Amino acid sequence: MRNLGIALRMLIIANTALALVAYTLSANLADFIQKIAAISTLAQPILLTSLFLLYGCYPLLKKLSYQQGLIAVLALVLFSATGIYSFFAQFWIFSDLPALSRVLICAFIISTITLYYFNLHQRAHSPAVSEARLQALQARIRPHFLFNSLNAVLSLIRSQPKQAETALEDMADLFRVLMADNRNLVPLAQEIALCRQYLALEKLRLNERLIVQWQIDDMPPDALIPPLILQPLIENAVYHGIEPLANGGTINIQIYTKQNEIHLVLKNPCSTQSNHHNGNKMALNNIKERLILHFDLEASLKSNQENGEYEVHITLPHQKQNS
Amino acid sequence: MMTTLNILITDDEAPARSRLRDLLADMDNVHIVAEAKNGKEALDLAGELQPDIVLLDIRMPEMDGIEAAQHLQKLPKPPAIIFTTAFDNYAIQAFDMNAVDYLLKPIRFERLQTALKKAHTLLPRQLAALTPLSPQRTHLSITERGRILLVPLTDIIYLRAELKYITVRTAEHEYLIEESLTHLEQEFGDTFIRLHRNCLVASAYITGYEKRNYDEHGEKQWVALLKNVPETIAVSRRQQHLIRQ
Repeated sequence: MRNLGIALRMLIIANTALALVAYTLSANLADFIQKIAAISTLAQPILLTSLFLLYGCYPLLKKLSYQQGLIAVLALVLFSATGIYSFFAQFWIFSDLPALSRVLICAFIISTITLYYFNLHQRAHSPAVSEARLQALQARIRPHFLFNSLNAVLSLIRSQPKQAETALEDMADLFRVLMADNRNLVPLAQEIALCRQYLALEKLRLNERLIVQWQIDDMPPDALIPPLILQPLIENAVYHGIEPLANGGTINIQIYTKQNEIHLVLKNPCSTQSNHHNGNKMALNNIKERLILHFDLEASLKSNQENGEYEVHITLPHQKQNS
Repeated sequence: MMTTLNILITDDEAPARSRLRDLLADMDNVHIVAEAKNGKEALDLAGELQPDIVLLDIRMPEMDGIEAAQHLQKLPKPPAIIFTTAFDNYAIQAFDMNAVDYLLKPIRFERLQTALKKAHTLLPRQLAALTPLSPQRTHLSITERGRILLVPLTDIIYLRAELKYITVRTAEHEYLIEESLTHLEQEFGDTFIRLHRNCLVASAYITGYEKRNYDEHGEKQWVALLKNVPETIAVSRRQQHLIRQ
């Protein structure tokens, strides 16, 4: 609710409805413009006041059930409509101020339409449908990684059995998460731990070719994120960024909060003539879709390639546990 | 009595090389002549040490295994090649269809043993089938005194067809290779442009065009000026539209 995208959608829906009303009432274009101007003088303040009221009352509204919330929202809109109407009634410059009842009916209908739209939207995106989507979007690890890692562990068994043990334990943890039900949000710190285990395994194979820089001092460890958001990105960075370089390179991971949003920024070198980027696209789309299912418009994923460097930037709302 | 097999190991990952070393150590009649970290190193070492068999990883930096195999064929005595891979669907399909030897990592002792026994050099037909797996070579190769000389594609200024051969021009040298200009144009169409019926020029090395006074009809003709070399390349009438772009 407290989101620019959603507020904008409300404005667009309401204004489209108003324009339609003006269109049916008007005879020609000039008339239409005049009508829409007249309607807007009254309607826009109502609309904006309603938005501000809703924004202000959001913490209270959140505590109500959906039914109660619906009634409360409608009441708020009608209240603001009445308020603005009585204000205009005193200083009205147009001759034909419509009757209050008609204004209220209009406001009521438009709010209902908007609420209905968001209800539909919500249903398309959540529980049952998105559960199924999330299940299908289970992150998959590259077989390439699995077999190469097994090969690396095998090479350690004779010479460094201790290291081989740790590596197999890391692999077990990693695959447990990969095969788990990953529909619920997890603390950021948990995802980071997983990434570190994954990188330990990659380090085994690539050794000094793989350097990882973590800049996560400003990270909120208890923030909730969808699981396996970061690990597949690091896996891509290793596969496309580090492995093609004979002398290796550096992966930079930066996590910070800004204005109640969490930013995850991952950078890796990229060779100009890398021609197998399909796997990368698939992983990115998968993450993007999971972000949408969890956070709708409040999260975003952007990728960008510049001066031999590839960057993925994820922004998501800062959700804390039990809130 | 079996003769000793000389083997060259090629893999960019140290643990993968060490695993092969361990397996081979348990076998009789094999000798590891060297280990290479990528296709380029493998070519250098193979020219020098003439191994009987090269174990060649597919996905490697600098030069992948498929391209290395193509260049290795140019040696006077090409080694037998066994590819190794952890996972590569396309390659495995191509290998199966063309009876190319390969091993899946992690490699088993018995599989390696069998593969070494039946290892053979790639046939021209097999080689041709593998070319699409590595669609653009990073180097052209020339055999010189039993060794393979690699010319990085980025160093090549132009390729000119002359009778049976193609002249490969770099800033310092000229080499002769036996390939077809049409194939080269297909393979490297995005780096070279055909300025003349017999000449492909790297667009990165063209500094400009000029109208000059030679031509068999006594007419002025366009030529391309090149970076790092004094000579110019005539632009044929048919290709003059390229200049305007």
